Amino acid sequence: MSKLLWHGLLAPLTEPAPAADEEATATLRALGRELGTATRRRLGRSLAIRELDAGSCNGCELEINALGNAFYDLERFGLRFVASPRHADVLLVTGPVTLNMREAMERTWLAMPAPKFVVAAGDCAIGCGLFAASPVCVGAVDKVLPVDLRIAGCPPDPTALLRGLLSLIAANQ
Amino acid sequence: MTEGVLPALIGTAQPARWPRVEVDAATWEELGDLLAAGTLDLVSLWAEDGAVHAALREGAAAAILSVVATGGRFPSLGRDHAPALRLERAIQDLTGLVAEGIPDLRPWLDHGRWAGGTGGVYEFLPVEGEGLHQIPVGPVHAGIIEPGHFRFTAHGETVVRLEQRLGYTHKGTAGLMRGAAPLHAARLAGRVSGDATVAYAFAFALAAEQAAGIEAPARAQWLRILMAELERLANHLGDIGAICNDAAFAVLFAHFGALRERVLRASKAAFGHRLMMDAIVPGGVAHDIAPDGVAAVEALLATLHRQLPRLVKTYDETNSLQDRTVGTGVVRAAWARRFAAGGYIGRAAGRDFDARRWGAYGGYDALTFDVPVLEAGDVNARVWVRIRELEQSMALIAQALQRLPALPWQSPLPLPAREGEGAALVESFRGDVFLWLRLGADGHVVACHFRDPSWFQWPLLEAAIENNIVADFPLCNKSFNCAYSGHDG
Ligand code: SF4
Repeated sequence: MSKLLWHGLLAPLTEPAPAADEEATATLRALGRELGTATRRRLGRSLAIRELDAGSCNGCELEINALGNAFYDLERFGLRFVASPRHADVLLVTGPVTLNMREAMERTWLAMPAPKFVVAAGDCAIGCGLFAASPVCVGAVDKVLPVDLRIAGCPPDPTALLRGLLSLIAANQ
Repeated sequence: MTEGVLPALIGTAQPARWPRVEVDAATWEELGDLLAAGTLDLVSLWAEDGAVHAALREGAAAAILSVVATGGRFPSLGRDHAPALRLERAIQDLTGLVAEGIPDLRPWLDHGRWAGGTGGVYEFLPVEGEGLHQIPVGPVHAGIIEPGHFRFTAHGETVVRLEQRLGYTHKGTAGLMRGAAPLHAARLAGRVSGDATVAYAFAFALAAEQAAGIEAPARAQWLRILMAELERLANHLGDIGAICNDAAFAVLFAHFGALRERVLRASKAAFGHRLMMDAIVPGGVAHDIAPDGVAAVEALLATLHRQLPRLVKTYDETNSLQDRTVGTGVVRAAWARRFAAGGYIGRAAGRDFDARRWGAYGGYDALTFDVPVLEAGDVNARVWVRIRELEQSMALIAQALQRLPALPWQSPLPLPAREGEGAALVESFRGDVFLWLRLGADGHVVACHFRDPSWFQWPLLEAAIENNIVADFPLCNKSFNCAYSGHDG
């Protein structure tokens, strides 16, 4: 056990951060919806994220979970996942929004204090996934909630997720 | 398969797996008793085109029996055999057919929110007794996991009943496959449950190839096994770490998480996608392994051989961890047998079944591997089965790699457009995935059905959590790691 701890300390696996997605940052800035001085003061350089699976296949969740591993170490950027929507600044949604999950998603969003962002992660959440045309899915997050940032991929890999989330912080500064 | 009930039922000693035979309602009703007596294992139950199909297994034999739902009704098997219940409720929700005599009249996947739905209130089963309280959890859970609802009834800290409600992630996947070209339907199959994307694509490909009467090229067969075992490694590593995390032991979580990441990176290097989505296609595999893919996988195996023993030793020697996992969330052997529960959940409770050995599909019969089986049925036993399976998967990967150099690359074979049916049982990391399909004369999918291993595992979690403390639920749940999307479809 102590050997394990030493091993971890001597050879850290954490990799340098990828650059923020500049295009996304610019879009977010241009959007400017909730990025006033007050927002900046309140959120600072740290964002609390509530992840929400709105009917994903779970592939997106696997990669979002990977953000916490030693290679990506999400928390060093001031980004952390929280359990309660009441503590969250960001709603990170995956999946094509099944009709069976729509209300739970809306209620989660309503439970979050403003200012708040919505990030649609993965092709399903964006509306270009394989389930977009399903009669039992809404088909995209932005048909229900105001989406600030879209991260493409099926699933988006951790680097793509990180670039997107870092652009949120960059736009906030 | 010359003796036994199943050959007699289908009236032939056919050597092929999964022949489909129509039976009358009286024979169908007999199935209930045979299932309840444990003579037959229920592999799946589904309906399409006015008929209901039951996939059944008896030792080495397997067959699909079909009954026409006259007047939209068919005799319920769930009446005699509880494992059929949720599947019948799903059939009623999805097709409107009625399972006559079904003891549970509530919908399952239909939450009343689909077109024309009424959004009725779901009645949980009544619980009686003094000093009981209820804890509703979900569908949105506290972590980064899939949605589902758990209704706990507790007495103080002790769980006296758990009732699950699932279906939140139902995407109508099987419906989207209808009429689709096999390649498109295969992509959908690969998104039934993202963590088992390789296993589902594998099952779809085998079933489609059977229906079309072709077999994948030899090199593709070893590449498929390579991918399937990489997927098993990634999931087992991630989940063992997550179980340790739920027992508040973060060091192992970090180390196992790093190893999982290494598997995903090797998979990406070899097959171009971290989860290897869409890599297995009907007729073969989409691309050959990348030129430096073999080296990446070999390097991964070397790292695992170096690091895994140390982590396993830590798991085994940490008392605080064992204190949480030993004796917690016990699945009894009789339950596992009755529900034909697959994967580490069944094998940790004495059920010696692995589709790779049973079905010997896709080349597994030519490879050497053990199927670890334990008896205790607790969280600890499930962890140990998975540790042993890691070792077996590493050995299988090495064997598959050895066979590659001798075989030339071949593009996926085209499926001849012809009518046909096919079925496959593929061992995902979680347990056996069953998939059946019918192709039409134009070569497109007429109907497809898939049954995730979770269908027969979720109900056992309800039983295993009884008399455990509420605080141990996350641990038990993680040690099961049943699929939500896989189950909901
Ligand atoms: S985008 Fe892809 S990985 Fe994510 S939920 Fe949709 S199908 Fe699954």
